[in-house]
Amino acid sequence: MKQYVDVIAYHDQYDRVTPLYIVWDTGIKYSVDKVLKIERAASLKYGGVGLRYTVRIHGQMRWLYYENPKWFIEKIE
Amino acid sequence: MDRIILHCDLNNFYASVECFKEPTLRNQPVVVAGNEELRHGIVLAKNQMAKQAGIKTGQTIWEAKQRIEDLIVLPPDFKEYQRYSKMVKEIFRDYTDRIEDFGIDESWLDVSGSRRLFGDGMQIATTIQKRILHETGLSSSIGISFNKIFAKLGSDYQKPMGLTYISKENYKEIVWPLPVSDLLYVGSAHLKRFSYMGIQTIGDLANYDHQKLKRSLGKWGEYLWLFANGRDTSEVARQTYTFPVKSIGNGITPPRDIKTIEEFRLISYVLCESVVARMREQHVFAKCVTIGFKTKEFISFTRRESVSVPLTSVHQLMEHVMSLCERNYAFDVPLRYISIHVSSLVSRDAPQQLSLFEDAGNIEEEKLDIVMEEIRQRFGTFSIRRCSLNCDMELTNFDPLKDHTIHPVNFFR
Repeated sequence: MKQYVDVIAYHDQYDRVTPLYIVWDTGIKYSVDKVLKIERAASLKYGGVGLRYTVRIHGQMRWLYYENPKWFIEKIE
Repeated sequence: MDRIILHCDLNNFYASVECFKEPTLRNQPVVVAGNEELRHGIVLAKNQMAKQAGIKTGQTIWEAKQRIEDLIVLPPDFKEYQRYSKMVKEIFRDYTDRIEDFGIDESWLDVSGSRRLFGDGMQIATTIQKRILHETGLSSSIGISFNKIFAKLGSDYQKPMGLTYISKENYKEIVWPLPVSDLLYVGSAHLKRFSYMGIQTIGDLANYDHQKLKRSLGKWGEYLWLFANGRDTSEVARQTYTFPVKSIGNGITPPRDIKTIEEFRLISYVLCESVVARMREQHVFAKCVTIGFKTKEFISFTRRESVSVPLTSVHQLMEHVMSLCERNYAFDVPLRYISIHVSSLVSRDAPQQLSLFEDAGNIEEEKLDIVMEEIRQRFGTFSIRRCSLNCDMELTNFDPLKDHTIHPVNFFR
């Protein structure tokens, strides 16, 4: 299943988007420690295309997809 | 220096997009097909599993279901397909500005000038194929060659995820043994002729006396002979170049067959309105009208006529359409499909020879058309229409201007 998540992001004047926090459906906010990579990529497993952010959250690596305007998350295998 | 031309073909495009978006579909036979109730129920695309079961594009849904009972039939989502197609074309744009689309899922790319930056044809093709899969999740086949025709053959040679290089050295081994029907623009009429002449493969065609071919098939004989010998010199058009329009037309398969000339008139009105609106968009007048008929028994034919005074209004176009129809079809067999095309287009700015004996385009009628179009643009297609069209809403309730149509593309534009 594709897990859509709420995201608090920083949109700059050059159209760049940086995710700052992921808000889980329980209401807990997780801060994005670092964005390691931004690339165009498809989620082959769940079916989705857009910008893929490789991020570190609480020491764990995750793929966060920006489907404009929605975000979803996938576990790095 | 030889050119390097790639032809990229997205495998089973519509079905691939659907399967990519919904992973649970990937292990099941899936087809994308038109609406059965509106009688557009034919297979537009199928995935690999459906293909293996022998389902072909163009089959009706019930034919396909005879092969696989629990076949999954999905309606097409053209907006989504266009979105994916656009993403793929953005990838192409990183490598060249010479990109010519051939339908929504195929393109030619001339990368001759990108060799220094990105490596030879094979390297560029490999990169593009990988990027398409990585960035959009779609599989593609790419043909690499020194002309457009062989590049296209190359992309059809191995599917899915094929990469085929057809060079001046190896084309005789790869291309020539293929059946002649694989060559672009060889149609059923050509095939019949070829079988009389003993031409079975592309190699047979290439080695045939080209004067004889020209005599029996006309200029097409010569073109096909050149194609078979790898001497196609047509260029990949630049992306920014727009082709001048040569004809404008719309057609429809209505929800039920057309049995009388009155019904024909109603549908023609809707089609003509769309054709004239598009003529105005292109800033042209037309001097030739063609009607395409397809009977219930799937027999197709066209009838055309040239007009001395350029057509400018729906009313004028309708007069010609109706007289053509009256003279050529008696409605013994109901019609399944009709189309109306105009060609021999002349610019609106071109000077016109007026006739002494016929009225020039009626200005009042044209003004009426323009007002109707403006109202439609502001308030929607169905906000204003001819009263007669309301006699049969079932037949006339369609919008050829906005409804999806993929127009066939011509190589010799």
